[in-house]
Amino acid sequence: MNATNYAQLFQFALPEVIVVVTALIALAVDLLFLRASSTRLRFTIAAILGSLGCAGAILRLLHSPEQASLLNGMLLANPLTHLVQIALLAVAISTLLISAGSTFTEHIGEFVLLILIATAGMMFLVGSQDLLVIFISLELLSLSLYILTAFDKSSAQSSEAALKYFLFGGMSAAFLLFGFSLLYGFSNSTSLPRIADAIHAAYASNPHLNPLLAIAIVTTVIGFGFKVAAFPFHFWAPDVYQGAPAPSAAFIASGSKVASFFIFFQVMVVGFAGAEGSARWLHFVPGWVAVLAIVAALSMVLGNLVAIVQSHVRRLLAYSAIAHAGYMLLALVAHTQQSLAALLYYVVTYALATLGAFGVVAIVEQRTGGDRLSDFDGLSRLSPVLSACMFIFLLSLAGIPPLAGFFGKFYLFVSVLDSGPGLLWLIVLAIAMSAVSLYYYLQVLKRIYVANPAAEVANASAQAATIRTPFLSQAGIILLAAGIVILGCAPHLLLEWIHAAIRASGI
Amino acid sequence: MNAFPWLTVLTALPVAGALVVLGVGSRNKALARWLALGFSFLALALTLLLWCRFDSASGVLQFQQQIPWIAALGVEYHVGIDGLGLLMLLLTCIVVPIGMLASWQIQERVGLYFSLMLLLQTCLFGTFTALNFFHWFIFWELSLIPAFFLIKLWGGPRSTAAATQFLVYTMVGSIALLLAFLAIFLATGKFDFIDLAQLAQSGHLMPAVIAKLGWHRFSPHHVALIIFAGAFLGFAVKVPLVPFHTWLPSAYTEAPTGTTILLTGAMSKMGLYGFLRILLPIFGAQMQAVLTPLLWLAVATVVLSAYAALAQKDLKRIFAYSSINHLGYCLLGIFAVVKFTGGDAALTAEKYAAMNGVFLQIFNHALTAATLFWFVAMLEKRTGGLRGLNDFGGLRKVIPVFTGLMGIALFSSLGLPGLNGFVGEFLIFKGSFPLVTWATSLSVLGLLVTAIFILGILQRVFSGPLNETWATLPDLTTVERLSLAPAIALMFVIGLYPQLVLGFVNNTVIQLVQQLKF
Amino acid sequence: MLAWTIYISFLGALLLLLLPKGNAAAARVLALLAAVVAFAITLTYFLEHRSGEMLTVTDASWVPSLGIRYHLAADGISIVLLLLTGIIAVTGILFSWNIEHRAKEFFAFYLLLIGAVYGVFLSYDLFLLFVFYEIVIIPKYFLIAIWGSTRREYGAMKLVLYSFIGSAMVLIGLIAAYVVAGAKSMALGDLAGFPFPAHFQIWAFPLVFVGFAILAGLWPFHTWAPTGHVAAPTAASMLLAGVVMKLGAYGCLRVAMTLFPLGLAPWGFHILGLGSWRDVFALLAVIGIVYGALVALVQKDFKFVIGYSSVSHMGFILLGLMTLNQIGLSGAVVQMFSHGILAGLLFAVVGRMVYDRTHTRDLATLGPMNLNKAIPFAAVTFVVAGMASMGLPGFSGFVAELMIVIGVWRAFPIVTIFVGFGLVAGVAYIWRAMQKAFFAEVGHEAIPPHPPMPPISIPERLGAVLLIAASVVVGIYPQLLLNVIVPALNSPLFAGLHQGGWR
Repeated sequence: MNATNYAQLFQFALPEVIVVVTALIALAVDLLFLRASSTRLRFTIAAILGSLGCAGAILRLLHSPEQASLLNGMLLANPLTHLVQIALLAVAISTLLISAGSTFTEHIGEFVLLILIATAGMMFLVGSQDLLVIFISLELLSLSLYILTAFDKSSAQSSEAALKYFLFGGMSAAFLLFGFSLLYGFSNSTSLPRIADAIHAAYASNPHLNPLLAIAIVTTVIGFGFKVAAFPFHFWAPDVYQGAPAPSAAFIASGSKVASFFIFFQVMVVGFAGAEGSARWLHFVPGWVAVLAIVAALSMVLGNLVAIVQSHVRRLLAYSAIAHAGYMLLALVAHTQQSLAALLYYVVTYALATLGAFGVVAIVEQRTGGDRLSDFDGLSRLSPVLSACMFIFLLSLAGIPPLAGFFGKFYLFVSVLDSGPGLLWLIVLAIAMSAVSLYYYLQVLKRIYVANPAAEVANASAQAATIRTPFLSQAGIILLAAGIVILGCAPHLLLEWIHAAIRASGI
Repeated sequence: MNAFPWLTVLTALPVAGALVVLGVGSRNKALARWLALGFSFLALALTLLLWCRFDSASGVLQFQQQIPWIAALGVEYHVGIDGLGLLMLLLTCIVVPIGMLASWQIQERVGLYFSLMLLLQTCLFGTFTALNFFHWFIFWELSLIPAFFLIKLWGGPRSTAAATQFLVYTMVGSIALLLAFLAIFLATGKFDFIDLAQLAQSGHLMPAVIAKLGWHRFSPHHVALIIFAGAFLGFAVKVPLVPFHTWLPSAYTEAPTGTTILLTGAMSKMGLYGFLRILLPIFGAQMQAVLTPLLWLAVATVVLSAYAALAQKDLKRIFAYSSINHLGYCLLGIFAVVKFTGGDAALTAEKYAAMNGVFLQIFNHALTAATLFWFVAMLEKRTGGLRGLNDFGGLRKVIPVFTGLMGIALFSSLGLPGLNGFVGEFLIFKGSFPLVTWATSLSVLGLLVTAIFILGILQRVFSGPLNETWATLPDLTTVERLSLAPAIALMFVIGLYPQLVLGFVNNTVIQLVQQLKF
Repeated sequence: MLAWTIYISFLGALLLLLLPKGNAAAARVLALLAAVVAFAITLTYFLEHRSGEMLTVTDASWVPSLGIRYHLAADGISIVLLLLTGIIAVTGILFSWNIEHRAKEFFAFYLLLIGAVYGVFLSYDLFLLFVFYEIVIIPKYFLIAIWGSTRREYGAMKLVLYSFIGSAMVLIGLIAAYVVAGAKSMALGDLAGFPFPAHFQIWAFPLVFVGFAILAGLWPFHTWAPTGHVAAPTAASMLLAGVVMKLGAYGCLRVAMTLFPLGLAPWGFHILGLGSWRDVFALLAVIGIVYGALVALVQKDFKFVIGYSSVSHMGFILLGLMTLNQIGLSGAVVQMFSHGILAGLLFAVVGRMVYDRTHTRDLATLGPMNLNKAIPFAAVTFVVAGMASMGLPGFSGFVAELMIVIGVWRAFPIVTIFVGFGLVAGVAYIWRAMQKAFFAEVGHEAIPPHPPMPPISIPERLGAVLLIAASVVVGIYPQLLLNVIVPALNSPLFAGLHQGGWR
């Protein structure tokens, strides 16, 4: 092993460094200069600072060397990781913009700091093919998210959600660690390609699934299943989505999803190469694909069905997130190059839509104090722009063209079916379930557009015809909506980029 | 072929009139009436002009116009008239003004009423000139709509039921007719009456139908009969023939009298026209095959309707049944012509006679029945709607002119020599007797009963002790006398000089009968 | 040029959203303007391109890695339906002239819907077609849920779920076809030319066909139609029955039948006397015809009568498609046009002229109002529309149904009897509705409506006249449409159907 070249390492990790330094600057500025200012102003300045930092990191990523690998693949840089990291930074910027008008906390510097630290964690996470680094950065991310969940100290719900999240998260970390250790025991390495080599070797000697490996697969799937909130490891999600402050929930629902899915794909496809098994209809072969197919199917069905009966928009988004996790797992089941591209496209557009939806929910909550469906009554009369954005976000989630969500679904299903006709049953299930999903998304839109505003609001609206929305939040939401429309109408903008990155990275 | 499209113009004329009248009607009732009458006279003038230009010496179709229309269905716009068509146009043009004059007292929605009448006239013109099933059927069906609304909206207390019954009966008949022609179209790809008639005469029609439709469970004979039955039903309802006639009395009675005139004078002729233009040339062989039952139907029509008329107490109902009776003679004549005679020259002459009689009878019935209903209308106008047989008595003392003129019309209907009714019936009986002796003999019974009920009318309404209620009934005004005069005159003219009509139909008759080769 | 029909409609919708609040008059005029311009474009194109062959309008790369192209093209069938869309769009706005409640949004949704419908009829790329097809669903929901009447939210949701389930089935079929063909192209011509294996077509065909046919009101998936129509505001009912149901029928013909012609071929065995999907769908179509007509016969609600009549008439279209002969297929396309016009007209009379004035659709309540005297124009319009719809010669309905019946007689002789029965029932229900609503026996105790009904307005008259004129023109000279339909049906695109049994 070479002696570590710190200059090289620094240069390599410059984007992450920029993010972390920005976080510290934001904290310092907030604590030193702005203590006396209003919450809103402090939040705005902190958000702008954080966003600038992230933008700087994005610039750096766009100009960083194409391929690099440090410490035997512990840290990895290629166009694909850059792409995902840029996406993550974009998500972070959006989260910051949305949170700019929030008033739920006094500790604004800390909040921005945690968001940025979590972002740094995610960036490390996606830039690695080593179990150790993956685990560490995952913990960095998770710990930040636990705190972010609990950030609204005035709310008991927030604390409860954080505790649940922490307990479930801890358990999942334990499972993951157990799985990783088994893998290490199996292959004497923490590097994913090495592990794959070992699995191949094992299969060469014995065509049946090694029991040790089977346990490793199951525990790893359980561990990541918690992260991506797939059924039956989803129990934390509704409570966290419900209890956490809106920007935190948005961040958990989007950024963490992107990073987790990417690394989930990496671990399974690179690490467990050779132990796929099969999920073809009536031709099941044990292996991680089979396990994931079942998890995906259950997530899609239960997520969508349970979402129908929700009366709170956040819980509804949580269950829909479970369903979406199901769809995205299909890409893992297919595990082809094309399906990776589809997964990335899907998860990015999904993140944009969810972020936006939470942004709108946050603004509505500030006005009405809740996220019950009835709190959205007649929103279109009070704030047509916000309503139009919500319209776009929800329909994109439902997969209505020409929004990005539709193309994401379409491409995902095409790529899955392309990997083998035996997966048709999953596609049929997925499409049927997405038909169901339109029902509950429309329930929200019905409240917004069809229902009339509650009487007192209608009266109050005489003096304040529209909801006062912080400029930055509104701009952020509009940008997200525009992004979804553009990506839906011109999917090749992102798709070609993803394809080029995948090709260049040679996965 | 590229001559002036007389027939199209003639057909379009009343529609144009209908639109004008509809536009004027809501503002000026009187103007609407006069305009409508003006348009109907214009149509009459145009038809007379056609008559002048018509070449009576030729039995072929004249004023033909043939334009490709719907290629996918082999439909062409094909119009033309021979003697039969001209006869029909003439009688329509005579009946419609009479109907309008008889409706002069209508006060409600005058514009709509008269425009519907004009619309009906267009449909009649269209039916009588069309030579392609497609647009013939368009007019055939379209005529139901104005008729329905005329009955329903301006009719008597039970007009809705009557109108609906009328519509349902004719609609069922039309659908049967349509299906029959669809079957033929499927087999031959043709809708043109003339082409189809030629196919039928050359004996290729039914084999083609059977080959194409391939109903193996039925013999060819039966398939042909089923198709014939469909077409037959459509026309039989319209004429009507006895078991299909039940819509008629209530429709004629409930309709405003002006409309009744149109119904009996012109619309019932649509059915007869169908028999002559379509059934006879195309389904001659099938008619011959079931000649005996058909003759029974004709006899039943003649006799039963006469007896039914005898039992009625309402003048309109009497004349309604009498209409059925008179048209029954026409059917008798038509069926007699189909009789197989083995090319016997003497019998062929009888066929000509019978067929001439049929044509004449068609015209006569239109004239006489229209006039009779017109008298009823005038009587109703005076009595405020009363028209029962027993409501009157001794009217001849009060309204002698009315009595005299209506007497002429009644005798014409009875068939008194010297009046028009006689010639037609005489020719039919003369021609039919040698051909179908038994049926003709039985039908004479109808003549007898007709005489009884017509004399009964004269007896109960006009003679006998005067019903004091009507002591002050006004007689016909000068205007009424003048407008009645042409109709009455025409009865005498045709009675004395039937050649007026026979002159231009004779060659058509000859051709029609010659075509019937079996 | 034709592509501008889509852009103008969408642009109109966008402009409407930017209009200041509360200016209903400006919204209407703007919407009407957009619709008229789009209609003018379709009409010009129709008059210029009488040949009926497939002409590309726009073709640009869209998603290169998947071979998806932004490809718009029109042949005779599309142009007929585009024309229909244009007419219905214009008249629908005319009949919505009295909308005051959130007028801006109403017309924005309306134009969005119209633009998407244009898009479906113009799409040559199936991905694009599907995109437009799905865009149609959402505005439909809001038009009904916000501006509708009886049980509007239920009706709207039912409609949307049915549509979405249908489109999900279509999506499965399309994705499968795309993957199986493996040609990296979604162009209709490419996929139609690909010889899909028979065992694939035998399940893909019914899937896609039913998916589209749900929107076309195929029995027993029709139940959304009556409730949706009844709940919808007039213009939306007109659009629904007028063009949206045609989307389904168009999809059946353009996508399901061209892509999977072998799906129509015999199975090789018989179940209950049915030997192929063709038999099955023909049977369902006939049941739809008869069932729709019979149910329409016993409705108490005026609009339900028309709603069920749509089911019945759409049955004719589907049956026409299943005849697989030229006359039946062209008849089906003519019927699409004809039913679009006539259903639009009927809904306009019931929804706008009658309901907006009387606020009831109960036939028993309407009778005593003596409507033929109160609003004679409505009565006359309904009579004309009813006659046309029952297939009276001289109107478009007759030609279309005649051609379909001829086609059916060639293909399934026995079925003709039931179709004939359906026709008779069709006469009966129109007649019954007309009698009860407009010409009921009232005697002297006619209740004068209180307050007096406003007279029929100019826009209503204009709209009614336009629709009647369209029906009459086609009824008198159907060659106008057949000239473009027949060449389109004989184009190579439909060549595959010969394998499926096109004779």
